[in-house]
Amino acid sequence: MAKMTMVQAINLALQQEMTKDDRVVLLGEDIGRDGGVFRVTDGLIDRFGPQRVVDTPLAESAIVGMAIGMAVYGLHPVCEIQFSGFAYHTFHQLESHAARLRWRSQGRLSVPMVMRAPYGGGVRALEHHSESREAYWAHTPGLKTVIPSGPRNARALLAAAIRDPDPVIFYEAKGLYRAFREEVPEEEETLPIGRPQIVREGTDLTLIAYGAMVRPAMEAADLLQTEDGVETEVIDLLTLSPLDEALLLQSVTKTGRAVVIHEAPRSFGPGAEIVSRLMEGAFYHLEAPIARVTGYDLIIPLFSRERWYLPNARRIVDAARRTLSL
Amino acid sequence: MPRHDIEVADRLEYLSILDEDGRLDQPLEPQLSDDELKALYRAMLLGRRFDERMLDLQRQGRIGTFPPIKGQEASQIGAVFNLRPEDWFVPAFRETAAEIWRGRPLDSFLLYFNGYNEGAILPDHHKDLPIAIPVGSQVLHAAGLAWAASYRRTDEVVMTFFGDGATSQGDFHEGLNMAAVYQLPLIAVCQNNQWAISVPVEKQTHTPTLAQKAHAYGMPGIRVDGNDVLAVYAAAKEAVERARSGGGPTLIECVTYRLMMHTTADDPRRYRSEEEVDQWQRRDPIPRFAKYLLGKGTVGEALLEDIGNQVMQEIQAAVERAEERMKELGDPLDMFDHLYAEMPSSLRTQRSELERDVAAGDKEVSHG
Ligand SMILES: Cc1ncc(C[n+]2csc(CCOP(=O)(O)OP(=O)(O)O)c2C)c(N)n1
Ligand SMILES: [Mg+2]
Repeated sequence: MAKMTMVQAINLALQQEMTKDDRVVLLGEDIGRDGGVFRVTDGLIDRFGPQRVVDTPLAESAIVGMAIGMAVYGLHPVCEIQFSGFAYHTFHQLESHAARLRWRSQGRLSVPMVMRAPYGGGVRALEHHSESREAYWAHTPGLKTVIPSGPRNARALLAAAIRDPDPVIFYEAKGLYRAFREEVPEEEETLPIGRPQIVREGTDLTLIAYGAMVRPAMEAADLLQTEDGVETEVIDLLTLSPLDEALLLQSVTKTGRAVVIHEAPRSFGPGAEIVSRLMEGAFYHLEAPIARVTGYDLIIPLFSRERWYLPNARRIVDAARRTLSL
Repeated sequence: MPRHDIEVADRLEYLSILDEDGRLDQPLEPQLSDDELKALYRAMLLGRRFDERMLDLQRQGRIGTFPPIKGQEASQIGAVFNLRPEDWFVPAFRETAAEIWRGRPLDSFLLYFNGYNEGAILPDHHKDLPIAIPVGSQVLHAAGLAWAASYRRTDEVVMTFFGDGATSQGDFHEGLNMAAVYQLPLIAVCQNNQWAISVPVEKQTHTPTLAQKAHAYGMPGIRVDGNDVLAVYAAAKEAVERARSGGGPTLIECVTYRLMMHTTADDPRRYRSEEEVDQWQRRDPIPRFAKYLLGKGTVGEALLEDIGNQVMQEIQAAVERAEERMKELGDPLDMFDHLYAEMPSSLRTQRSELERDVAAGDKEVSHG
């Protein structure tokens, strides 16, 4: 096992899937010689050549629209959109076709493609480079939305996404790209799409998070234990959509209290769906209203004020304490 | 006959007036007064020196990521020099020199690139749009402004800027098509600086020029030496006059070069050679224009130096103003301003939440 950053781990997944399967091709802006602006595809053009690592003209709709054709033909294209803030051009192609071709052709066609894009804040970037708008995709029937929280699960989930028979949106928290290293096994490893994980066990409270928010949730759980003696369970969703609520219900049935955390704007955000599922499935086990700690319903401010927008451990602890006091 | 040639208007010109060594093609020399020539020079130099200063500040961690313009001053100043205050200028994100010429204060750039939304505020009388980062998207806004200007029967024109990479976006093609269909008063200026981050223009398009794309939409296109401020000025003057007099849109391709990194987060050594950069360095728009002015007797060495000093003082004053201003800015609650004309009640509630959070004020806990 080697210790890897999330960038290296994603690179490993791409490398291994490409080695194994010549249907896998990459498309994107600056993914060739430059290795992508975050270096996720570093070295892949040397290894697999420009036929499989395709540096495209600057046109997101074209990247994804072409990938749909390639996927229908039988390839497994993996698109890199440089920043998720520039993925809106692709929305039309994904919503109108990628998400629908299986359904429209009544099962005859499929679109096994992946759209990778960095999302989220915390890197002192310019406008359009820090947003978390995963809910757009999660709201689109026919797409799967996967969001890893660290190097090891990023690698395993991306491998699964590439092999998946349906279109997968794969959002990578850019704040995590180089934030920490983890042991990532050299041998193949996948994680099932659509399956959340308990990343810390507890009995008093459930924190539900994904992507870059898992770390502050874990930090909050530590604080709650040392400062309040509260045993907190933390669930990492890993897949936003389709959302599997079984584990969430199990946990909340046990703890009776929950806080949902995301950096996306609050209203109509992923938290709204999660809370609804818990209300529908575990209402009689709830001891207190479920709280949300989220981004505000704003465009994330430029970076001088960004840290006040993003949820952090302090805000999570505050919400948890309010929940626990009820 | 079933198969024959179709006549299409496909004349494409290349315009260069002042070559790399400052030699002039006299019959093409535009008629500009000494004051105008000095103003052109000063504006280019201000853009250059300010860009250099921003790079220093960025390297010292005093501002964040920004896109340097070095080498593209002539493409910008030569074009916007033709605009009147009541015209519209619609930039992409690498038009710092042009924005300054249009009246955007230097200190506002420093605020903006240091993460303060207030840095995007333009002076009150300004009609121009703020920068547009999503590549190519602003071309359509420019077409819309031009449509509205003709709907109101004004003689205002709209000038928009974008890069070579932007010409691959649908928005660019759609914008030009609209402008041509409605014969809008639009001047579309492409700064072909040879690179879109790591992608060279030869891989961006299969056509030998970008200017020729104009023909697909039925509008005139012209390719100019974008490092020759006189050529850019002359081409833009023609286009502005045509637009103002109801003659419709024009596409101008300025052939120039991005001498620096794409943004300060980019490392161009990964994808282009030092030799290439050196070659373009010799075509720098500013020394050649200085040579021309000196040769013509418009300025002497002393005056050039004087302009240089003035420019440096102006920049220093702006840096100081910005640093003072930043001490006052940064109230996190301000992030709730300006999303809607009137703040909805749900946002007012969230604002008080943030207020409580700020009051609790534990700034130490990071989010990981
Ligand atoms: C829609 C969109 N896609 C991707 C990006 C990221 N990006 C910023 S600038 C750039 C290259 C732009 O090239 P060009 O149009 O030639 O302008 P230049 O940067 O050379 O001035 C890219 C890919 C973006 N800002 N917007
Ligand atoms: Mg360019």
